[in-house]
Amino acid sequence: MGSLLNRYRNLTFLLLLLLAQLILVAYQVRTNQDIRLLRVWAVSAVTPMARLLASTSGNASGFVKDYFVLWGVRQENRRLAAELDRMKMENRYLRSELGTADRAQALSAFQARTPSRTVAARVIGAGPAIDSRVLLVDRGTASGVRPGMAVINADGIVGKVTAAYPTASLVLLVTDSGFAAGVIGAVSKAQGTLRGVSRSLCRVDYIENEEKVQVGEWFYTSGEDRLFPRGLPVGQVRSATPGKTFQEVLVAPSGLSRGLEEVLIVLEGVHQALPAAEGTVAGAPLLPPPPSDQAAPAVPQQAQGPVVPGTDADRLVDQYRKAAEAQKKPYGDNVPPAKPPAAPPATVKPPSSPPDAPPATVKPPSSTPAAPPAAVKP
Amino acid sequence: MSDLNWPMTASGRGHKKISRIRPWVILAAPVAAILFQVYVPLYFPLLQYLELPLLVIVYLSISRRGPISGALIGAMIGLTQDALSHQPIGIFGMVKTVIGYASASLGVRFDTGHVAVRLALGFVMFLCHQFLYWMARRSLLGAPSGVEIPQTLLAALANALLGALLFHLLDKLRDRGE
Repeated sequence: MGSLLNRYRNLTFLLLLLLAQLILVAYQVRTNQDIRLLRVWAVSAVTPMARLLASTSGNASGFVKDYFVLWGVRQENRRLAAELDRMKMENRYLRSELGTADRAQALSAFQARTPSRTVAARVIGAGPAIDSRVLLVDRGTASGVRPGMAVINADGIVGKVTAAYPTASLVLLVTDSGFAAGVIGAVSKAQGTLRGVSRSLCRVDYIENEEKVQVGEWFYTSGEDRLFPRGLPVGQVRSATPGKTFQEVLVAPSGLSRGLEEVLIVLEGVHQALPAAEGTVAGAPLLPPPPSDQAAPAVPQQAQGPVVPGTDADRLVDQYRKAAEAQKKPYGDNVPPAKPPAAPPATVKPPSSPPDAPPATVKPPSSTPAAPPAAVKP
Repeated sequence: MSDLNWPMTASGRGHKKISRIRPWVILAAPVAAILFQVYVPLYFPLLQYLELPLLVIVYLSISRRGPISGALIGAMIGLTQDALSHQPIGIFGMVKTVIGYASASLGVRFDTGHVAVRLALGFVMFLCHQFLYWMARRSLLGAPSGVEIPQTLLAALANALLGALLFHLLDKLRDRGE
């Protein structure tokens, strides 16, 4: 028996081991009791390590999670920063667009109220050199643009077209030394020739020392150059210093004061009245014209006729009308038929009359929808 | 020669490398396997199909090449698993005792250093383990437990692959000598 067990020692050991466990299981099942001691040992042995493992794992996962959270925060921060930059750029772009829209609206309003026939053009390029004072606009011969046409905007004159191509034109700015235009002072009535001096200034030549040109006085186009219609604002006098024969009058061109994005090319100019009566000092309130010293009728002339006796010519016309009434003859019947009765001199490009001609040859200020901006500017 | 110094023929005919398992590995490997079994499936439920304690028993049994020691290792690890489970203590103990014994017996007859043998051993031992466990629960506890054969085969394959990898890693922890 002993030798048999020794021969099958391994198998005997296995059977004993299995039998012991089988008895253990049978005991638990039969008594429905648990071997608590073994479970406590096992759990006590495993729990600290499991806890350590859980803690390490929790910390590691927390670290990894925090790392990814921070990474996400960093990513989000980058995204938000990029979005902020984009919004800033968009805001800047919209502000620019808004400014452009304002300028375009002002230009459109000016174009609507100016009697001259104009075409709007967008500035699409500048001169290739550093000191070049030319612009390229997107209107050319296809739009009716010809060399020599005046270029203006709502603030004043800008330049003139020096070359016209089918779809674009080259504009010489007023600040270029090659530019020239006839101008006249709003108060002093001093006439001269505007020439470019620097990037922001022009000079008015040929104004004699006797002329009383003051700083701040507005100059307007005189129309004598037959390029710019009469009455367009040119700029304000910055300085006026007497010279040997002529004064050196420097003018800041108002047309370039707010940048150039859109301009108007004058296809057919119409002369306008100078806003001379609008005052000399910018912003000063103006009194109504003084009453005539002669025996003016007490009854308002508006009830008798359309002519208001304001000037000598008006008073002369009024005398003629009264004389005709005294002779009981209709006034104005003997008009020579050879004379064109309804010739619109104001629409003729070159002014056939001097700047100080009677108002009948110039469009009356009341006929113009609005005075040039110079009359409003302080 | 004690059990710890049983040689393990790794490769080559006529050139035998004698290696032995370090004592701390004999303790640490079962504990790590049980901890893995207890903890990891909480977060990765799919890993519950990996029977890591079984693989450790197989490895230690074929390395020791003693059926008695294999049976003892299986019994100890199985009883610990039982103690941590909700079922009566002894079910896993008996199953894993048989597995340890069988593994040690097979380890004497085959070159268990070969990967294919290890794969086959892991695959077969897992199936045997599942069958014995199913039998024990059904016969001793009367638990109506069904067997899902495809799932069991897939789990056996996964355990065989993991076993081959685990055996290779545990080989690295051996104390090698000529």
